[in-house]
Amino acid sequence: MTVQPALVVEGIDAELTLETNKPRRVSRRGRVGGERKNWPLTIVLLLLAVTVIVPIYVTLTTAFKTQAQAVDGNAFSLPAPFSVDGFVTAWNLTNFPSAFLVSVLITAASVAGTVILGAFASYAIARNWEHRLFKWSFFYLLAAMFIPFPVLALPQIQLTGLAGLDNPVGVTLLHIMFQLSFSVLLFTAFLRSIPLELEESARIDGATTWQTFWKLIFPLLAPMSATVAIFAFLASWNDYMLPSLITSDPALQTLPVVQSIFQTQFSNNYNVSFASYLMAMAPAIIVYLFTQRWVMEGVTQGAVKG
Amino acid sequence: MTTMTAPARTRSAPIEKAVARPSRPRRTEGIYYAFLLPSLILFTLAITLPAVIGIFFSFTNSIGFSDWEFVGFINYIAMFSDPAILQSYLFTFGFAAITVVLVNVLAFLLAVGLTAQIRLKTALRTVFVIPMVISGIIIAYVFNFLFSNSLPLFGQATGIGWLSESILANPDLAWIAIVIVTAWQAIPGTLLIYIAGLLAIPGDVYEAADIDGAGKRQQLLRITLPLVAGYVVINVILGFKNFLNAYDVIVGLTNGGPGTSTRSVAMTIVTGFTGGDYAYQMANATIFFLVVVVISVLQLRLTRGRNEI
Repeated sequence: MTVQPALVVEGIDAELTLETNKPRRVSRRGRVGGERKNWPLTIVLLLLAVTVIVPIYVTLTTAFKTQAQAVDGNAFSLPAPFSVDGFVTAWNLTNFPSAFLVSVLITAASVAGTVILGAFASYAIARNWEHRLFKWSFFYLLAAMFIPFPVLALPQIQLTGLAGLDNPVGVTLLHIMFQLSFSVLLFTAFLRSIPLELEESARIDGATTWQTFWKLIFPLLAPMSATVAIFAFLASWNDYMLPSLITSDPALQTLPVVQSIFQTQFSNNYNVSFASYLMAMAPAIIVYLFTQRWVMEGVTQGAVKG
Repeated sequence: MTTMTAPARTRSAPIEKAVARPSRPRRTEGIYYAFLLPSLILFTLAITLPAVIGIFFSFTNSIGFSDWEFVGFINYIAMFSDPAILQSYLFTFGFAAITVVLVNVLAFLLAVGLTAQIRLKTALRTVFVIPMVISGIIIAYVFNFLFSNSLPLFGQATGIGWLSESILANPDLAWIAIVIVTAWQAIPGTLLIYIAGLLAIPGDVYEAADIDGAGKRQQLLRITLPLVAGYVVINVILGFKNFLNAYDVIVGLTNGGPGTSTRSVAMTIVTGFTGGDYAYQMANATIFFLVVVVISVLQLRLTRGRNEI
């Protein structure tokens, strides 16, 4: 609840960007004239929002309970007494610093790789569309959107094992490759909307293609890069299936994967497991609260362009 | 796509080159290959190669290591009479169909509410999108606790028989929990797409309807719904494809149980790695892939046809 101010400010921002240039907004206001805000509907929506809040509320309160209180099954009671034992134990049991670091490294590398490789490939494709190799590469890279990971899982486990990539490096590589289709789709569509005159003038000034890309194109791609980065971040940070199957060394597992320890052992230490879940989900929620404008726009753009 | 290609073709050549070389196609600068090839090569190694290897081994009796030989279509034939596989397909498709309907109905109604003249609009939108950013497996663990500890307490207190035990332990009800958690997580993405669709409808359409005396409900059914039909198509296709791949949420809730009653196709395929029937599950994966592609194409065709009429 302490995040409320930031939440509202960011929200207003999102509102503006989602609804600018929408003629309906103006004409609707004209239509309703002096009509008041719809309070009954607001209350219904607030009640529905409770379904979103409940699991998060339970995670938060259970994490701060003592073990004795956490096992009583009453998920909705407030912590009494307030305890951080769960966090201390969870920190040690899951080796939190290590899992956190692995998750951060995989996610950061996946985001950077997805944006850069995607932008590179899309630039080449968009500017050489008349060449068969580039045109077909576009459809080739896009085809992965139809291939679900489960279908490829077994050979990928085998191949990464053979190549010595049954570790976070292999996970990162696969995360980038699974995100590539989507990022190429978004980048290519965006690149086609950039007027070529801009590039031509840069070239007349003597810029090489490499310089044009870094000094002109890549900065112009920034809004699209933000969208691509957020999707890559969410997909990579929250993924369970791929790292759990690819990484063979349990000491190199990511945050979502190490949580399984609470299903097999320590299954009644709910305060510990929920403290651990909270530490794993908090970073994504915090990133979301600060970037929600791009998250919301990103989903929309992804769908419309896709 | 096709509408975009024409300007690119005529304008992409730098000016001096266009002057020097009026005849097209012009030569592509080497650096463009350097831009494209890393993606192409890595993609081929990470996606295409495993796909080819997988299909190849589906015609063998490989167990993932040591010797193997070709066995033709035996794996494929065996698959169709394997109750475990048939059950996983039945479960996965039933689950995906129910979830896609539930998610789209709820997300559409929420989107209508969130684009109406309400208070706290931005705060509400922020809250409704949160589930999208939480890891599926972790939220499944949280719901697991609620379903197996809190809900039974509620059931006992109110005397509702079927709720007084964990629904995750009930082979007939466990799927409901999976639908609920999957929907909880999938609604935000669907919702945002519907909001975009609703905001794209011009306001004068509603003004005209008002003047003609159409009620709110009629406006919703006769105007709003048809005008967001394209977004419904996107959401249904994307959603159905995602739900068919269900894995994380199920692992976190039931791990396929009780028994094998909630084991999805993805989970069945993965058992091939530990269960020693690598080749057999690769045949399963190949069929699953074909089914997913056929369904996506069919959905596109069907919905497109309807839109044109």
